[in-house]
Order: sequence, then C-alpha cells, then structure tokens
Amino acid sequence: MEYPLPFEKYNNALKNNTLLGLTCRQCRKITCPPQMACRECASFDLEITELGGTGTIQTYTIIYVAAENRENEVPYVIVLVELEEGPWIMGELCAINPDEVGADIIGKSVKMGNRVFPGDKYSNGEAARPAFYLGD
Amino acid sequence: MRKVAIIGTGHTDFGFNSPKTGLELFCDAATEAMAEANVQSKDIQALYCGNGLSDFSEGQIMIQSYIADSLGCRNIPATRFEAACSSATVAIRDAYMWVASGFYDIVLVGGTEKATAMGTALATRTFAMGTDARYEFPAGLTFPGFFGLLANLYASKYNVPFERLRRQMSLVSVQSHSYGVNNPHAQFKKEITVDKVEKAFMVASPLTLLDCCPFSDGAAALVIASEEKAKELCDTPIYIAGVGQASSGMLSSQYKDIPRLKARDISVKQAYDMAGVGPQDIDVCELHDCFSIASIIAAESLGFAEFGKGGQLWENEETRIGGKIPINISGGLKSKGHPIGATGASQTVEIVKQLRGELTSQKRQVEGAKVGLVDTLGGDGIICNLILKKEEK
Repeated sequence: MEYPLPFEKYNNALKNNTLLGLTCRQCRKITCPPQMACRECASFDLEITELGGTGTIQTYTIIYVAAENRENEVPYVIVLVELEEGPWIMGELCAINPDEVGADIIGKSVKMGNRVFPGDKYSNGEAARPAFYLGD
Repeated sequence: MRKVAIIGTGHTDFGFNSPKTGLELFCDAATEAMAEANVQSKDIQALYCGNGLSDFSEGQIMIQSYIADSLGCRNIPATRFEAACSSATVAIRDAYMWVASGFYDIVLVGGTEKATAMGTALATRTFAMGTDARYEFPAGLTFPGFFGLLANLYASKYNVPFERLRRQMSLVSVQSHSYGVNNPHAQFKKEITVDKVEKAFMVASPLTLLDCCPFSDGAAALVIASEEKAKELCDTPIYIAGVGQASSGMLSSQYKDIPRLKARDISVKQAYDMAGVGPQDIDVCELHDCFSIASIIAAESLGFAEFGKGGQLWENEETRIGGKIPINISGGLKSKGHPIGATGASQTVEIVKQLRGELTSQKRQVEGAKVGLVDTLGGDGIICNLILKKEEK
C-alpha cells in the first residue's frame, strides 16, 4: 500500500501556502502532518484533504541556541498551533519581535504561510515549515 | 521466565573533552563491572551497547563489535541499541529478556558516548535528530526547545503561575547540584542557587542554561546473570523485578496528552505491574531530568504527584534523602552529566548501589532502600523503565 501523502507532495503544497492533511474515511477525523495510519483510529483508509491553515497558539518557545548552520536564525519563536480541523502542528511565529513574545500569545489566532528550511548536509534536502502570523 | 539479577557495575567519570575514545570508556566501565561480578571475558555470552551518536562524534558505527573484540569477548553477538537518550535502558531491558528467556546466562550491557567531541553546534544539531526530521526540525526545533514548549504548556494547562513554576524548576537544578557535589563521577561538583539558575543565559525560553543538562562524555556498564549464576558469583545480587518500554510519534502528534508523555504512563505501568509494586513502594528513583521541567513532568507520570503538582515535591524537599520519594540522589543528568548512550546504564548503576547500601561514604545513601525505579526518556517519546529489588534475606 502506498504512503497516502508523501512528504514531497505535502512539501510542494506547503511551499504554495496550502496545508494538506488526511481525512479518515472510517472515523472522519483529520491527520496532519501526514502518517500512514489515521491518528484517531489507525485505519489506512485515508484521503488527502486541504486544510485551512488557521488555528490558535497552544504553546511557544523562543530559541536562542540553534543547531549547526542555523545560528543566524536566532532568536526565533516556535509555536504549536491547534488547527481549526483539530490536529496540532509545529511552525515558526513570524513578523513579531521575539523579545516581545510572552505567555499572552497563548490562545491567539494565527494564519499560515510558509518558510523554507533550505536543508543541511544531514537533512536529505529542503523542507518547508508553516510560518504563522498573528491575526484572524 | 527466569529471575535475572545485576551482579556487577562499572561507571567512568562523566565530563567534558575526555581524551579517551568511546570504546575505551566502555571498556573501562565494563572491566570494572566484570571484576565486581567475578566474570572473565570468556564468560560473557553477548554484549548489548547503548550508543547514540558515535557516527557523528567519532566517525564510528558498529562500535559494539569493536568493543566486544577489544574486551576479549571474541566473536560473541554484539548489538548496538540506539534509542537516543534512552539507548542504554532499552539495551538493559533487552538484555534482561534474553537472560530471563533462558537463551543466555551471563551478558554484558551498558552504554558509551562522546558528545562533547562534537562541539555545541553539531551536538545541538545531532540531539535535534531526536525530533521529527521532516515535520518538526525544519521549524527550528532543538531539544531544549522541545522542553521549552512543554514548560510553557505546563504552566498554561495546569494554571500554575509562571513565577511559581520558574522557582520549582530552579529548585530541581539546585537539588541535583547539591547531590552531585558528593558523586565522585559527576561532571559538575559545584552547588548552584535559584538566583544563578534564573539569571543564566536563555537557551530556549523559559529554560536557561542551568535548567539544561550538559553535553557529556562517559560510559557505564553492568553484568546481568540468571538467578542461578548470580547466586554462584555474587553475595548481593540486585534483581530486575519489572521492565517497561513504550514509544511515541512526533511532539505535535501527542497533542491530546502533552505535557504528559503517554509513553511514560504506559511504560511505567508495565514495570509496576510486572514487579507487583506501585509508586508508594519505591524507595529511591533516578528519573530523566534532561531539563528541570522534565523532572517535574516525569515525577507526575511515575505516580509520585498529581498532574500539575509535581513541582511541589521539590518545593517541600520531598525529593531529598529523608523525603517521601528521594529522586536523582546521583546528581541526575543535570549535575552528574548526560552522555546520552550511557545514561540509562548510569542511572541503573546508581540504583544498584543504593539498594546494596554502598553510598554511605559518599553521603548519598537512602537508608534501607529495597526497591528502586529507573526512568529514561529518549527523544520526544521513547520511555524505558526498570524496577530493581534487593532480595529479602
């Protein structure tokens, strides 16, 4: 059985600001990021679905010590966002001064764009990540 | 399944920039464990080696094979276990099962790591390989970042005022250092204060440098034997009474449970049920304090506190010797050090010594300890637990 939503397809869509996930034909729940089996019921009976890319911030951290070759990105803010459709997804909170970010951002609404991590010698190529922006 | 005992322990110093290779560190610990167990190289039937990153730190894969050969355990089956920071505990659980099944009588198990050889940037990169490479690392996730996310989620989900959580986290690090001072193998033998933790530079908010364990080099090893062999060779066998292991998906996939790690709930229940004990029966615990908040989260799932109230154990000094549940009397990963592939073996060595009553001279003995718990976390969701018991005479 083929992987229902390969990274390549997910990544190409994300680079166009489209977030793809999987709808389970059995329980109707959404899985995102993609997996082989439904997050809720482990069924393989999944179909690709387009998600809205909006949600609310559930938690955050500001990174000051980065991994090799990403030192020039610091400081930056990572958030876990609860999507309208239910799943949580990790991304970067953009267009905000990291020094002004505090606990009051938890619960705020965000919408999604993307930024591309160009990859490094270990990463098997580039990978887009959701870039979130405050506001409805 | 047969009863299985630990009959020998070995532990190198943990620290920065060891001049020894990962293989040499393992051999130092292994020969100490073999001497304690009264076994020779020819007696070892299999080797189980926890190791996370020797590929990156030394350009060496299959280190386990060269270790077995160097030790004179020629041609025995040797297996490397990679489970990020829980590698050695997972190796011990497997070693336990092979002996319990009757397939082997005596095996050598442990772990080794040379993390500081990589330097901070590459070490941060390779530790972040214990996150999802396609869907979470691209967002810039680092390992401290993982626990930074959990710390802020913890405060928000359990309604703990941030200032109180901040102080609880500091107290975790302060306690670890206060015991590490008396552990001759510890990387840091220096007391710290709440003020120092809070004023240290920020790594991944809200975690400062002193909320984080260090990068470390070191090794630890144990000889494990069937009950029959253990009684032949050893006066104070310490029995492996229960084991548990569970895994998880990437952090965001755990959204229904975090800041709890469901893998820990499952793993420790397996271990408790198998040993026929509960949290109230544990006399001493080594848990995975890679970050201060990680200790608080772990203590709750292990059953020592209600969810959202783990930090109160440290506020009330219940985690010190004489408290309700002495935790990380070794100094923990924070002060003793965290050579990731060796950590689970180091935690297990510590519990064995506590149950044998050998730490009085180090002023770290939990008097009369009979049942101990090991808890190790790998990446964002491999958990392995061991329950060790001293035989009642």
